[in-house]
Amino acid sequence: MTIIMSWLSKAAIPGLIIIILIFGIIKKVPVFDTFLEGAREGLETTIRIFPVLVGIMLGIEILSKSGALDMIVLLFRPLANFIKIPEEILPMAIIRPISGSASLGLLSKQLKEYGPDSLIGRTLSVLMGSTETIFYTITVYYGAIGVKKTRYTLWVALIAGLAGLISAVVVCRILQ
Amino acid sequence: MLNYIWVGMILVGVLWGLVTGRMEQVTEAVISSSEEGVKLTILLAGVMCLWSGLMKIAQKSGLVNAITKASRDIFKGLFTDIPENHPAIGAIVLSFAANFLGLGNAATPLGIKAMESLQTLNDKKDTATDDMILFMVINASCLQLIPTNVIALRDAAGSKDAAGILPHVWISSLISTVAAILFYFIFKSFEKRRDPA
Repeated sequence: MTIIMSWLSKAAIPGLIIIILIFGIIKKVPVFDTFLEGAREGLETTIRIFPVLVGIMLGIEILSKSGALDMIVLLFRPLANFIKIPEEILPMAIIRPISGSASLGLLSKQLKEYGPDSLIGRTLSVLMGSTETIFYTITVYYGAIGVKKTRYTLWVALIAGLAGLISAVVVCRILQ
Repeated sequence: MLNYIWVGMILVGVLWGLVTGRMEQVTEAVISSSEEGVKLTILLAGVMCLWSGLMKIAQKSGLVNAITKASRDIFKGLFTDIPENHPAIGAIVLSFAANFLGLGNAATPLGIKAMESLQTLNDKKDTATDDMILFMVINASCLQLIPTNVIALRDAAGSKDAAGILPHVWISSLISTVAAILFYFIFKSFEKRRDPA
């Protein structure tokens, strides 16, 4: 089962490209010209995202390099104890929605510290695998199309993230 | 909202740096962040062009329409403001598929494509539509088949069963996706009750 799925995951990109191109040829689309036309639009989108990326990186870097992120983790410790989330999971739970690269770095460090097959190591892995860099995604996607009023997007995304956190802890505890 | 979060992040960081005497690191962070922004943009530029180009072919050949037609029933009750057979559905499906298969760097361009498609249906261009919010929160709950980077890191840390966490990941992301959809509907009906348009 896992082998089939990991093969599917590896073959997906080449497969998708082949399907798109063959379908295009059959329907007599000038594929290369069309590709260039789309790629040019992609470049325009990238230019539109560029300032958004610089802005969000400024916030993330200042927050983590000043040590404020570690302080925030400490602040949340009583709450984590209260809802019975293991303390070791807490830094990941807080950093994961903010920064993808920082959370990957943290996972690598913590897996070596606690062992990848320990309960903590497995819970961290599941948390990393089943949650997303919410702040980054919301900022970049909305920034790309110029939407400023995001209404309740962040709240629902945070609740979904919290549900992911709690279920990661519970599922790892039940399924050994 | 994002305005406050952004200012909050910077303010808390700078003040904390001031209190703990880490001003040098904060200054360094300011400079390195703009470099990081450029690096990320350049990394993104290539895949963005690549997938926008491929998507253009898929659009012109009618492949996106075919996907739209095949999958419109799945999302019928969810994305309610998209007219029948509008290509936005096709773009959303492709973006979810990229996420689901863990095609990290294809997922962002396809996600932005889907948002652009949803934006064409938007009357108030600076305000998120219901469908945009739903798309974002399903994205944020991260339904993913194989989190390749996690498995690679577990393997590197000497795990005996690096892929053994997969069922746990599936259950957990399924729960958060269900929570995302559920709370989307709760917030939506609350907002409607508060100011019925």
